[in-house]
Amino acid sequence: MTVHEFRTRPGDAKRGDASDGAVLADQVGGRLSRVDGPAKITGAAKYAVEQRLEGLTHAVLVESTIAAGRVRSIDTAAAEASAGVLLVLTPDNILPLRTATDWLGTPPPDVAYCPLARDITFSGQHVAAVVAESFEQAVAAAALVKIAYDEALAIVDLSDPKAGDGIPVDAMTKEWGEAETAFASAPVRICNAYNTPREYQAPMEPHGLIAKWQGDQLTVWEPSQWVDGMARTYAEWFGVPFENVRLVSPYIGGGFGSKAFAYGYGAVAAVAAKMLGRPVKLAVTRPQTFTAYGGRAATRQTVALGADRDGKIQSIVHRGVNETSVDGMWVEPLGSVTSVMYATPNFSSRQNVVRVNTVVPGALRAPGENPSAFGIESAIDELAYEVGIDPLEIRLRNYAEQDPHAKKPWSTRQLREAFAAGAEAFGWSKRSPEPRSMRDGNQLIGWGVAAGTYPVRRAYGEAVVRILAGGSVEVESSSIDMGQGTYTILAQTAAEVVGVPAENVVIKLGDSRYARAGVTGGSRLAGVMTGAVHKAASAALDQLIGLAISDPASPFHALQANTLVVADGRIASPRGNGPEVSIAELLRSVGREHIEAKGDTMPANSTVEDRYKNYTTIAMALPHTEGDYSRYSWCAHFIEVRVDEDFGTVRVSRVVSALDSGRLYNPKLAESQWKGGIIMGIGQALLEEGIVDRRYGRIVNNNLADYLIATNADIPDIEVISVGIPDPHSSVLGGKGVGELGIVGVAPAIANAVFHATGKRVRDLPITLEKLI
Amino acid sequence: MRDFSYLRAGSVDAAREAAALPGAMLLAGGTTLVDLAKCGVAEPETVVDITHLTGLDTIVIDDRGATIGALARMSTVADHAGIKSGFPAVSEALWQAASAQLRNMATIGGNLMQRTRCPYFRDPSNFPVCNKRSPGSGCSAIGGVTRSHAVLGTSEACIATYPGDLAVALVAFDAKVHLGDRQAAVDDFFLLPGATPEREHAIQPGEVITAISIPGTPAARRSTYLKVRDRQSYEFAAASAAVGVEFEADGRTIRDLRVALGGVATKPWRARAVEEALKGKVLEPEVVRQASLLAVEGAVDHGANHYKIQLAPRVVARAILKMGETA
Ligand SMILES: Cc1cc2nc3c(=O)[nH]c(=O)nc-3n(C[C@H](O)[C@H](O)[C@H](O)COP(=O)(O)OP(=O)(O)OC[C@H]3O[C@@H](n4cnc5c(N)ncnc54)[C@H](O)[C@@H]3O)c2cc1C
Ligand code: SF4
Repeated sequence: MTVHEFRTRPGDAKRGDASDGAVLADQVGGRLSRVDGPAKITGAAKYAVEQRLEGLTHAVLVESTIAAGRVRSIDTAAAEASAGVLLVLTPDNILPLRTATDWLGTPPPDVAYCPLARDITFSGQHVAAVVAESFEQAVAAAALVKIAYDEALAIVDLSDPKAGDGIPVDAMTKEWGEAETAFASAPVRICNAYNTPREYQAPMEPHGLIAKWQGDQLTVWEPSQWVDGMARTYAEWFGVPFENVRLVSPYIGGGFGSKAFAYGYGAVAAVAAKMLGRPVKLAVTRPQTFTAYGGRAATRQTVALGADRDGKIQSIVHRGVNETSVDGMWVEPLGSVTSVMYATPNFSSRQNVVRVNTVVPGALRAPGENPSAFGIESAIDELAYEVGIDPLEIRLRNYAEQDPHAKKPWSTRQLREAFAAGAEAFGWSKRSPEPRSMRDGNQLIGWGVAAGTYPVRRAYGEAVVRILAGGSVEVESSSIDMGQGTYTILAQTAAEVVGVPAENVVIKLGDSRYARAGVTGGSRLAGVMTGAVHKAASAALDQLIGLAISDPASPFHALQANTLVVADGRIASPRGNGPEVSIAELLRSVGREHIEAKGDTMPANSTVEDRYKNYTTIAMALPHTEGDYSRYSWCAHFIEVRVDEDFGTVRVSRVVSALDSGRLYNPKLAESQWKGGIIMGIGQALLEEGIVDRRYGRIVNNNLADYLIATNADIPDIEVISVGIPDPHSSVLGGKGVGELGIVGVAPAIANAVFHATGKRVRDLPITLEKLI
Repeated sequence: MRDFSYLRAGSVDAAREAAALPGAMLLAGGTTLVDLAKCGVAEPETVVDITHLTGLDTIVIDDRGATIGALARMSTVADHAGIKSGFPAVSEALWQAASAQLRNMATIGGNLMQRTRCPYFRDPSNFPVCNKRSPGSGCSAIGGVTRSHAVLGTSEACIATYPGDLAVALVAFDAKVHLGDRQAAVDDFFLLPGATPEREHAIQPGEVITAISIPGTPAARRSTYLKVRDRQSYEFAAASAAVGVEFEADGRTIRDLRVALGGVATKPWRARAVEEALKGKVLEPEVVRQASLLAVEGAVDHGANHYKIQLAPRVVARAILKMGETA
């Protein structure tokens, strides 16, 4: 993979970032490299299960080998007698826990929670666990646990005849106009089904934790996208106050949506630690990462587009289905992009969920928007060929000037600019319209386009900023950095506000003892936390300047200035008259150890309860259509594929994407995230699929040799172009979402390119060679 | 993974002696052995580490051909100038195998002994039924997920694909496996599953692979390894072909041809019918394509692996035609 170039064109709108030319790396909008990079590259960064603790013990899970039924008996005798074994946990001897509040803030039912199952609802469910002095001893003993089952018939996937039509999710219904009638009478009608398989987050760092009790205080080292939310879950499971649980997660080796919640294995480790009175480490194995929590649900959509002969959409009728588990509910909102991408007078989207014997599915980069875009962005491409209009042109003809669903103006929507910039950089105008009309030897070449979007999710955050005696600045927040760059952009924010170099800012993250933050998911964290740090740092600066002006011992006291400026760590009057001293000198002269300010972006009248709710559930999140505007990030992907006409293999040979994420706090990091999303999208389009043995309801490719994610060799040059402008309605500093956006629309752009190359429309992901051969 | 004793062999003879103990397994690069031990497939009682033996990692090229020590690393062999010029198919097969990290660890001897990627074989706790692991228990793959399973050389007992790349090139060029005093043709070293899929190699307890040798031939010199798969790297072959051609003086008429297939058969699969059909013929695309269909004579699919029957002849044809282009 090679590095793309970053383009800006003269005369563009001001973006408030490095593309405007004037921004220093240290400031918001600058291209500062990841401040946590060296620690990760040199191995100095310690991940959760790498902590070395006195008296550490090791837990290994025992999982169900059937997909449905009941555990008849568990014979633990051999395991208990095995060398080094301290405890064999089963549903019969595990300490009872309480059910915890869920992430939406729903009060829990007053029933006990048991992370080990008697009733089996999927293959790979935790049934027992063995704790031993060493990991190897635990593994050996786990193999000796004998479980007898009464097996029942399983519903293995969406296409299982027993699965049925599922349960309607009324909250997903979106309708206006007379969609079905308008579709029936439209001059051009297309209607097709689009399917996506189970997909998995596959983070480099598998899940796991170390749990340690001291009295009724629990410390958990666990990779986390939401330390406060997870700490709350642990606290409620064990019936201890929230403050008694400390969740530590300074580094996370990738999450992609999979590390936001405390899962059953976490409860197992924490219970075992309590029962044994010793710290317990539980490292989820790679195969277990396919069943210990859920990946993206398999989905099916039918998209019916009615249009006139000029390609103008008159009606969209959309039906979606996603799988969920037998006893849990996961809704993958399949109409999310369908309802906002194009202007249409008539629209109907409805969705069902179907219960199958699987672990409850979960969030994977752009849940909802990602599969939704595969449906609508494939369908509009099909319409383009049907009416003989260029696929880019048809998108412009149906451009939504306002949110078609919320009927509100966009806060900002630079999608037209994205189409224009992407098309120009890609050379779209040179495309020959006919399928199978471009080739290079055995390679059929295809060019495809698709758009993507992701709503701006907003919440509130809190941060503590300290100006220390030595003149450096310290920021504390329980928000986390899973590689997306929180450490770096918060350093830039604090550096810019206080007026010190970024290298003099120390950011402390990922500890539930710090000032609080909500979930890092839905691309909301950067907007939330730059706002909170901005506020806290401004308050700290005000205190500093206040001291300098008014403290009798300050060298500025005699100056009687109204204000002072701080730059590069030095304090001076705005006009340069009077003294100039470093922050350290000032603090020394006024006799202060440090200055501390806490800032949060919560509404002023918020109660303690509101705050707790905001940081530990998503109940307080602001709707993206709240108030006068509809807020989304947007993107357009232009992709070239080469399909071998004999082998059916697809290689992506060129990607140009133009994206509107509003203002970029750090263009270098934003580009990395966009590209990461695009790379994941290439894997999703061509490779990724959880393969189920339908006789046993079990995923058989549960390892990284057989579950294929894209390798470097699969990734060509990726050029990303920022077309965003600061969006004051989306966040304090003008940014929209970055992390989820890049993947949305990649799979349909590739499928559209494959059609252009081969004349074959593949509506089932992934596009593997046997579908084209 | 259960406890085992570890023994570091001081000499090849000591390794042989130790390897003859019941439950003993040799350890070379460990990329197969450790992996299978983690899956619960390999449960050695004694691990005999041969990585400290000296003199087993040499590569010798002379006018008879190449002799490669069993402990030579995949990456070293792939990058060896004499291998690249005299046996391009061997170098290319190695380069396209596994990942850079694995190739730096893995040895040639271990490579020949790698086991199938059949997912049922690799998951004993969920799929106790597997004739290769527990003879007579049955086959979990038949009727299950078969996308990667073999279409050639299968039996009612087992349809597992031989996954490796190197051995495909070796079988095309009549290489030999050196087992100390004895040598075996690679084609005989790999066994068809038949009724005994648990026996994959013609090797006896106590035997150690010491080297492989490949005769130097014009066909080996003009050779290639073409590997087709969904993922561009780090994936086993959907279908692959090792091909070597020797032309008559006219540069067009085929004097000698070697063709072997990977990713589609239960062992590295020599396609002699294709060779015979084309020897003496002028290399023409249509003729080559027709003859390549013979590569899958007798192929039997199990549903999801049907595409391999279509794919394999196309891979063979492309590889042969590519050799013609360089004429
Ligand atoms: C994720 C993954 C992907 C892979 N992809 C590919 C691929 O695309 N193509 C490919 O060809 N291979 C692939 N491989 C297989 C890889 O090439 C083999 O694991 C490797 O070559 C084995 O060599 P080793 O030295 O590590 O063997 P070890 O693991 O040390 O040994 C393997 C076996 O051989 C026996 N053995 C070792 N040396 C000798 C000897 N001298 N005499 C007798 N017996 C011996 C051992 O007892 C053991 O049973 C892949 C492996 C993995 C894990
Ligand atoms: S194909 Fe062979 S290895 Fe796979 S389950 Fe059947 S017998 Fe076992």
